[in-house]
Amino acid sequence: MCLAVPGLVREVDGTRAKVDFGGITREVELSLLPDTAVDDYVLVHAGYAIEKVDRESALETMRLFREMAEAADRGRSEPDGTDV
Amino acid sequence: MKELLDFEAFREGPEAEGLVRRVRELVDGPTALMEVCGTHTVAIGRAGIRSLVPEELRLLSGPGCPVCVTPLGEIDQTIEAARRPDVTVATFGDMMRVPGSESSLERERAAGADVRVVTSALDAVKLASEEPSREIVFIGVGFETTSPTVAAALLEAERRDVPNVSVFPFFKLVPPALEFLVGVPDRALDGFLCPGHVSSIIGSNAYEPVAREAGIPCVVTGFEPLDILAGIVMLLEQVRDVRSGGAARVETQYSRAVRPEGNPTARSLLDETFDTADAEWRGIGAIPASGYVLSQDLMHRDAAAKLGIERPEPAEPEGCICGAIMLGRKLPGDCPLFGTDCTPRDPVGPCMVSSEGSCAAHFRYEHRRST
Amino acid sequence: MKSNDTITLAHGSGGRLMHELVEGLIARVLSNPVLDELDDAADVSGLVEPGRLAVTTDSFVVQPLFFPGGDIGTLAVAGTVNDLAVKGARPVALTLGLIVEEGLAVSDLERALRSVAETAKTAGVVVTAGDTKVVERGCLGGLVLNTAGLGFIPEGVELGAARVRDGDAVVISGTVGDHETAILVAREGFEIDETIESDCAPLHEIAATILTAAPGARAMRDPTRGGLATTLNELSARSGVGIEIEEAAVPVRREVRSVTDILGFDPLFMANEGKVVAVVPADEAERVVEALRTHDLGRDAAVIGRAGGPPGVTLRTRVGGARPLLMLEGVQLPRIC
Repeated sequence: MCLAVPGLVREVDGTRAKVDFGGITREVELSLLPDTAVDDYVLVHAGYAIEKVDRESALETMRLFREMAEAADRGRSEPDGTDV
Repeated sequence: MKELLDFEAFREGPEAEGLVRRVRELVDGPTALMEVCGTHTVAIGRAGIRSLVPEELRLLSGPGCPVCVTPLGEIDQTIEAARRPDVTVATFGDMMRVPGSESSLERERAAGADVRVVTSALDAVKLASEEPSREIVFIGVGFETTSPTVAAALLEAERRDVPNVSVFPFFKLVPPALEFLVGVPDRALDGFLCPGHVSSIIGSNAYEPVAREAGIPCVVTGFEPLDILAGIVMLLEQVRDVRSGGAARVETQYSRAVRPEGNPTARSLLDETFDTADAEWRGIGAIPASGYVLSQDLMHRDAAAKLGIERPEPAEPEGCICGAIMLGRKLPGDCPLFGTDCTPRDPVGPCMVSSEGSCAAHFRYEHRRST
Repeated sequence: MKSNDTITLAHGSGGRLMHELVEGLIARVLSNPVLDELDDAADVSGLVEPGRLAVTTDSFVVQPLFFPGGDIGTLAVAGTVNDLAVKGARPVALTLGLIVEEGLAVSDLERALRSVAETAKTAGVVVTAGDTKVVERGCLGGLVLNTAGLGFIPEGVELGAARVRDGDAVVISGTVGDHETAILVAREGFEIDETIESDCAPLHEIAATILTAAPGARAMRDPTRGGLATTLNELSARSGVGIEIEEAAVPVRREVRSVTDILGFDPLFMANEGKVVAVVPADEAERVVEALRTHDLGRDAAVIGRAGGPPGVTLRTRVGGARPLLMLEGVQLPRIC
């Protein structure tokens, strides 16, 4: 449905920004996300920044991956645990 | 200078195996989840996720591929536009190979039409100001992620007074389609993996009616392999709750890019640019209030009106079951044409045409030719 | 012939202007004792080496003609040298056919010819014969080159897809997708700050390194158009042996990954012009990789998978899933979906 790629805003000039996608930088239009500032992460689709990417939530999601993975491990060890 | 976040952590890592184990553990009977979004379909295929989940868990592909749901008659309109000598058609690459009833934009270009592949609607506006003697027609396909970018480009054309750019507004809206889907009789559907990037614009609140009124769990999910696995885990946990009497709800796995209310600037821009209208979804039929027409102020940018191109009503190819596949009632493998008469190289139905169509993704990433 | 001139149809007429073009520019830039004879055919007996004779030919069309990391001249020599090298042949001689569109700047032609001469020198091949035609302005993009190549396969070297066996290792000599990404960025005018260079290079030394480190090497290919995925499918189809590749093991440059992510492309389907895929016995794989990594063009070499099972190519994904990896269907187009 919609490819969008996250990048870090390096420069802002009016409604245009330079966004770093990891090794490459592209110009991106900011009119859908007017309060964008340097050092924001933005999600870019079809040449436009469409939403900010929240750093804290990203880190939180990574923590959730670990929790879910650990839940699987607990699920496996529970039957043994109840025997003790 | 700030260091880049390491988005690779969403693509691989030691958690992947644990997430897969968690999925296996949570599936305790036949369960069908639908990924609404075609980009999810491709991501699931590319990461080989179906090979990791139990057979009892069916991952269905929904109607979220814009190319797939664009009616044949509308594709014929774009081909008619490309045939006009004074017209340049600007399109995302996705539309190039889509067969209309007798041709495609790729074939028209080979025959001499001026068809340009662009990566942003803004490129069409730029083309128009560079070539003022030509009419630049942009093919507006996509969902709520893409329509705001086209709206913004149209307003830019207004502001810069570039008169020679117009658009076919073939956009579709996701929530009305989901509400339609849950109303389909005898649907076997336990949860929706909701489209992450559409939700960045419309917000996760948009799915509340589906979860609350139809009782279908919804999880707004990102597109990296670990996001998808985590989204499936969250859905399965909810499905388990619902089966034991709990209420369905909307959860957001993709919280880094989706807020409950979405992107207010983009949403008000959509309101300003378009009026909601009934729309026809290829293979499915008409869905109330699921598409857009240009607002009165922008009607002069409507390509069909400007060029006088009526929409024909060509007959759909025979034997194709794309409609049933997009409604979650059939799988690509159930189609008698799949892999024989209908392949990515020579597609019959819309789901095989687009690289993110469920049949094309199935052919590419799941299908094994019998040898 | 002056550099600020433009090629016209008269340069292909067979008359004095043509004489000026061939002798005053082409033969001058490419000068070597064999070519300097300027007869209707070249006597190449001085270039004959022991071994079996190998011959190949290829035509080169590329837009733009000049791109970061190379140009049509580099490509025309490297492409043909590489086809010989992956067959196990030592390349010795080339022919060069030029089809020039009227309107091409002589300076551009000269620049491409200099690249031909330089790359031939690097690869140790002699341009022995040539032909030039000038055509009306149309859609050749200024210049089309054709090269044919001649090489000799030393005794004892036997390479071919049919020799691939269960359990063999698959090695790649470096990162994939660089060439096509460089062309794409140059052609589409993407506003990209950092340069992405084509990997375009002659691979005679890389091929020789592989053959020295792995005397039992089964097959080599250069994954050009269609990319790594297409080449692996060809190897599997011809050998009747399956191939399984580890996605995480395939080296891809970060910039290439970023560009392909944005456009919705897959680096496994993107053309390379300076890479070799080799299938070698498993116990020789590590030695090959070590040897390759000592070479400038093989720094990122890696074992990426193994042969075995029923025909077809399987990709083991980074999250542990498995899926078929098919050949490229058609040209990849930038997509938003």
